[in-house]
Order: sequence, then C-alpha cells, then structure tokens
Amino acid sequence: MKNHIELAGLGDIHQKVLAGERLSLSDGLRLYQSPDILAVGWLANLVRERINGNKAYFIYNQHINYSNVCTNLCKFCAFGRKKEDDLAYEMSVEEVKEKVRQRLDEPIVEIHMVGGIHPDLPFSYYTELLRGIKEVRPEVHIQAFTCVEIAHLADLCGKPIGNTLEILREAGLDSMPGGGAEVFSSRIRERTCADKLPGKEWLEVAQAAHRHGFRTNATMLYGHIETFEERLEHLDALRRAQDETGGFLAFIPLAFHPKNTELASLSSTTGMDDLKNIAVARLMLDNFDHIKAYWVMIGPKLAQIALSFGADDLDGTVKEEVITHMAGAETDQAIGSQTLIRLISEAGRVPIERTTLYEVINVHDGDRKARV
Amino acid sequence: MIEQIIDLISSGDRLNDDHFLELYTGADLHQLGFLADQTRKRLHKEKVVTYVIDRNINYTDICISACKFCAFYQLPETGKGYLLGRDELRKKIDETLALGGTQILLQGGLHPDLKLDYYEDLVSFIKSCGISVHGFSPPEIHHFSAVSRVSVVEVIDRLIAAGLDSIPGGGAEILVDRVRDLVAPKKCTADEWLEVMETAHQKGLRTTATMMFGHIETIEERVEHLSRLRSLQDRTGGFTAFIPWPFQANNTALYDEGTSFKTSGWEYLRMLALSRIYLDNFDNVQASWVTQGPKIAQLSLHFGANDFGSTMIEENVVAAAGVSFSLSEKEICRLVTDAGFIPRQRLMDYTIIN
Repeated sequence: MKNHIELAGLGDIHQKVLAGERLSLSDGLRLYQSPDILAVGWLANLVRERINGNKAYFIYNQHINYSNVCTNLCKFCAFGRKKEDDLAYEMSVEEVKEKVRQRLDEPIVEIHMVGGIHPDLPFSYYTELLRGIKEVRPEVHIQAFTCVEIAHLADLCGKPIGNTLEILREAGLDSMPGGGAEVFSSRIRERTCADKLPGKEWLEVAQAAHRHGFRTNATMLYGHIETFEERLEHLDALRRAQDETGGFLAFIPLAFHPKNTELASLSSTTGMDDLKNIAVARLMLDNFDHIKAYWVMIGPKLAQIALSFGADDLDGTVKEEVITHMAGAETDQAIGSQTLIRLISEAGRVPIERTTLYEVINVHDGDRKARV
Repeated sequence: MIEQIIDLISSGDRLNDDHFLELYTGADLHQLGFLADQTRKRLHKEKVVTYVIDRNINYTDICISACKFCAFYQLPETGKGYLLGRDELRKKIDETLALGGTQILLQGGLHPDLKLDYYEDLVSFIKSCGISVHGFSPPEIHHFSAVSRVSVVEVIDRLIAAGLDSIPGGGAEILVDRVRDLVAPKKCTADEWLEVMETAHQKGLRTTATMMFGHIETIEERVEHLSRLRSLQDRTGGFTAFIPWPFQANNTALYDEGTSFKTSGWEYLRMLALSRIYLDNFDNVQASWVTQGPKIAQLSLHFGANDFGSTMIEENVVAAAGVSFSLSEKEICRLVTDAGFIPRQRLMDYTIIN
C-alpha cells in the first residue's frame, strides 16, 4: 500500500496525513492533479476512518422547495425562474403544511427547506412557514434557508443578520443548509452568478449563524468553469472560517448538472471528478467532522463507493428533490432507508441513522455483514 | 494471509481458488484496486483503453428458454415476439457503417422453428453489407444444433463458411449447473457452453467470455465459473476478453420471486478487480457501462478494466430490465482521457485501428 502511494508520488503527503499535519494548498493541487484516484482515495480514507471510524451516516428527511421564483438567475441553475415564467411556482404556507402532514406517518426527523430569492414575498411569509411546519410536526428539526436566503431575509426584516436569525429561531429555525456557496472566487461569481451574495458575505452569514449558536453546512458547486486553484481557495476559506467559529457540521461537494442551464454546453462531471472532490475535501478540511456524498447528485452507486474515498454520510431519503432534477439528474427522487442501509452495509460500513446534528438514532449493525 | 497473497500477486504468481476467497472476504476495496491495477499494468504497458464501435442487433426476442433473470424474451405462444426482416436489418447496418462501426453483435432468443440455413443466410446477408459479424452466443449455437439435428462442430463449420467472424461470450451466466438448473433450466449446461467455445477456438474463431453475477449464486460458484474459464483459456488461448456484469433485476421473474437484490457499484468493482487478478491468462477485461453507467465504468479503469466495451448504437436486453444509459464515441473518449488513459478504437480481436 505504502509502496503504491510512493509510486504515485504522494509519499510526503502520506507522511503529513499520518502526522496529522495540515495540508497546504500546493499539496491540494497535487492531489487534484494526480491521475491515481486509488492513491488519493486511500489517503482520504485514512482521515475518514480516523475521524469517523467505520460509521456511515444517513438521515430520514423530507425536502421542501417552497418556491423557485428567484431574482438571481444564476447561469448554473435550472431551478430558478422569473416570477412571470410559466414554470414558476410558490407554495402557500398551507400547501407546505399539507406536504408535511401527508408524511406524518413516516419517521422523518428533518425538514430540509430552501427556495429562491423571491422578489416580493414578505418576511412574515418565512416566519409563518417555520411556525406552520412546527405546528404540524412539533418535534421535527427544520434545516432551512441558505446563507443567500438569510441575507435576503435580513434585508426584508430590516435588521442585522444576528437579530434576523434570532427572530427565525423563535419561529422554528433549527439549523442552516450549506447551499449558495457555489465557488467563492469573485471571478467565478461574476461569470456565473453576478447578482448573488458575494463569497465573503456568504461566509460572514455562516459565521454569524455559528456565533448565534446555529450549526450550518457548507457546499461547493464544482465541475463548471472553476479551476483547481479556485476550488482550493474555496476549501481554504471554509477551513479558516471553521477554525474561527467551528459551526460547520458537514461539507457537501455538489456536482454541477448542466442540462437546462445557461451552461448547458459543458459536460457533466465524471466519476473521477466526483470522487476526487470528496477525497480532496476530506484531506484538506481537517477541521470538518463530516464529508457528505450526496447521492441525488452523483448517484447511489458512486455515493456508496465514496464511503471508501473520504465520505462518511449519504444524506437522506430526500423525496421530491427538484433542484438537481430540473438540471437533468437521472437519479431517483427518493430512496428508501432500507436501500441506504443496504448500500452502507454492503460497503462494509456500519449504517447509523442520525439526527441533523449527528446524534445517533439507530445503529443498523445487524442488517448485513457490517463490521465495527 | 492477505499480505502473503499480495506478495504472491506482486511476483506475478497465479491466484488459486482459496486465495480468491480470502481476498473476497478480507481485502478492502483499495487493496483490490491496487492489485488489479498491478495485474493490468503487467499485461498492458501502455496507458491505453480500447473501445469498439458496433451495434447490438437482436434478430428476434422469441425464446423458448424463459430464463428467470431475463426481461427481454417473449415466449413463442404469446405471439408478441418479433423477427427482424431484411429491410430493417439493412437499415440498422447502414446506420452502423455511417457511424464508423466495424461489426454487428448479433444475438437473439432461442427461436423454436428457425433452422440452421436461416442463420447461414442471415450471416451471409450481413457480411454482404460489408461489416463483420460477432454473432451467436453458445446457447444459440447449441440450440441450432438441436433444432437442425446436426453436431455443434457442423453448426460452427457451416456458420464460418457463411462468414461468421467471432462468437460473443453471452449466455455463460454462471457456469455451474446448480445455478443454471434454478435460473435457466432450458439453457445449455456449463459443459455444453464450454464445449461450444472450445470447438470454436479449435476452428480458429476468437470469442469473449462473460459472467452475470449477483443473483442466486454463491461466491464459491463465482470462483468455479472463473476457474473453468481459466482452464479452457490455458488449453486454447481463444478468449480475447472477459466481461463481468451484475444481474439487472427489474421486470424479471427472479425479481418477482423476491430472491434477489440489485448488485451495488461496490460489489461490481470488487468482482471486476478480483476477476482481473484471477484471470491472468486473459489479455483484456471490459468495463460494463451499460449496466453500471458512465461514472462507475470510468472508475473500473482503475479496478482492472482496460477496455470500455462498445458504443452500442443499439442495446435492448439490459434496457428491458429498466437500465438505460447511452454513450457516444466522443463521450467514451472524454471519460477515458479524464481517467488518465489514451482512448483507442479497436476491432473484436483487439487490433487497434485509427
């Protein structure tokens, strides 16, 4: 094994990983540039097993996209629509409550809710959404509103980010998802999402949330026009922010899906891209506990393989995923918890059904041939 | 024990059946990948990955075999099946030639009535269009022999005379009669499958070999399958490539009986790597993008595969089981290059063209 890593020219990085030393951006670049996915994956697996042992997490969750109306209209997005577009929609608070009500018989522990930057829904709509969901399902954890939406809500509310978050907490917000980070580089944002919250401000919102006691996730949308260096700057910015506030739960690399976007001429990400981003993220983000292989974006087969390339979480049962599917994702919209358990056990890991905050609900270690 | 086996493989020694089982239960995914990659590098010094441009033509879906793992066939008595006519064939062949195709992969169901002369005419017709015929898996050849009451040797001789170029390795499933009796009782036995291939090799035809795993077989039965292929290859050297793929369950009788589950990418990559290590006398191992999709197929190149299979301008059998991917030649080349290899178009016998 060691010999193979030496042959791949990654012996010095191996030494750093063993010593628990932080990898530099130039180490990261060599990892991205290495054609030896097995060697990079093996190194990432060392870190993955050091932090998470043989555990692999999943959650029973429900996705709700309350509206696709959006003023940002990012070029990599197939979901956002102008208000007057035929495919534009917005759900009333009652419709959202009904969606939650329809699935009360399922053991859902998290509602994952994001939408666009809507031009005229009032601040009260968002607080009513949160209250409405908690009325129907009081115990559920609401993970909602990306940093981009939170910044918009603070504008609507006319208060600083911190005060806005306190109002949202009081209405029922429990944590925030990691979307809208895209790639922080201003070069990339100017070319793909010029109207979106700048990268620096995204990080400020996330850190403000951490300081107010919220846990949040972080993402990176890769596989469009960004360079390896820009990916690494993005990872480094997250790593530094995490050093300061420590509030990030998980990092989730998001594979760009070109279909139906303004960047449709680009190719989809390959299996190599997807595994590379998981492995390099695991190696660079030494202060993140969890790296998620989001099966909706990379497919359940590859997500399973990713459990040996740095990932320790497959996300959840999902259902009704809209954003990636508008961009041509061919994955199913839902996979049952039994399928997630099977994929994890078959890959030799112990399936852990978790809460949003990674508390253990159930250890499914008797299901198949998992070994602890 | 694992370390000893790793040393053994590194020194180029042959894996025995116990070693295989030991690695299957004890080695992790990365170890298998590293070992398969090592074997592959020993056989292929250059970082080339090959592919072929061809089309699957299934001349009929009418089949008396009714295998429980198959979603493609129609029983003759239902009247729902098809038999392709000459015009349709001609059109498909012309399209293939226009796309730079070099061969037709010709396979069909076990039709109850057609005699050997039908298949001879079929091969002659396709050859007259100016394209190679990689046709008739061993169960078909065995079936032609039974329906026309002539020996397997004569069937092969007459098909060669009609222009047959090579034989695809389909219908091998698992080459163990316990498994065949349960899932494909009307299909030729393991011995009969191997006999067709041995005869074909003796007559100078090159063939491939396949394995469809992940249904009711045990791991020991998978090893028996590989062992029988390796022994035959030691005798004849006639196999060009090995192509393993996992059972695709949708719309099949096995799925309805609830006896099987979908094989994952993880199990596929492990079996692919183990096959590459074990079959040391097979030059080539193919990735199965048709069943695994482009992402896992690309990764296969780091788990022992050195061939991306075919562009498959048309594919019907796996599609019937609810799995449908398509890849252009351009996309295959992109995936191969992105994985760090040089893509090269080949013929059935692995001669590089272009």
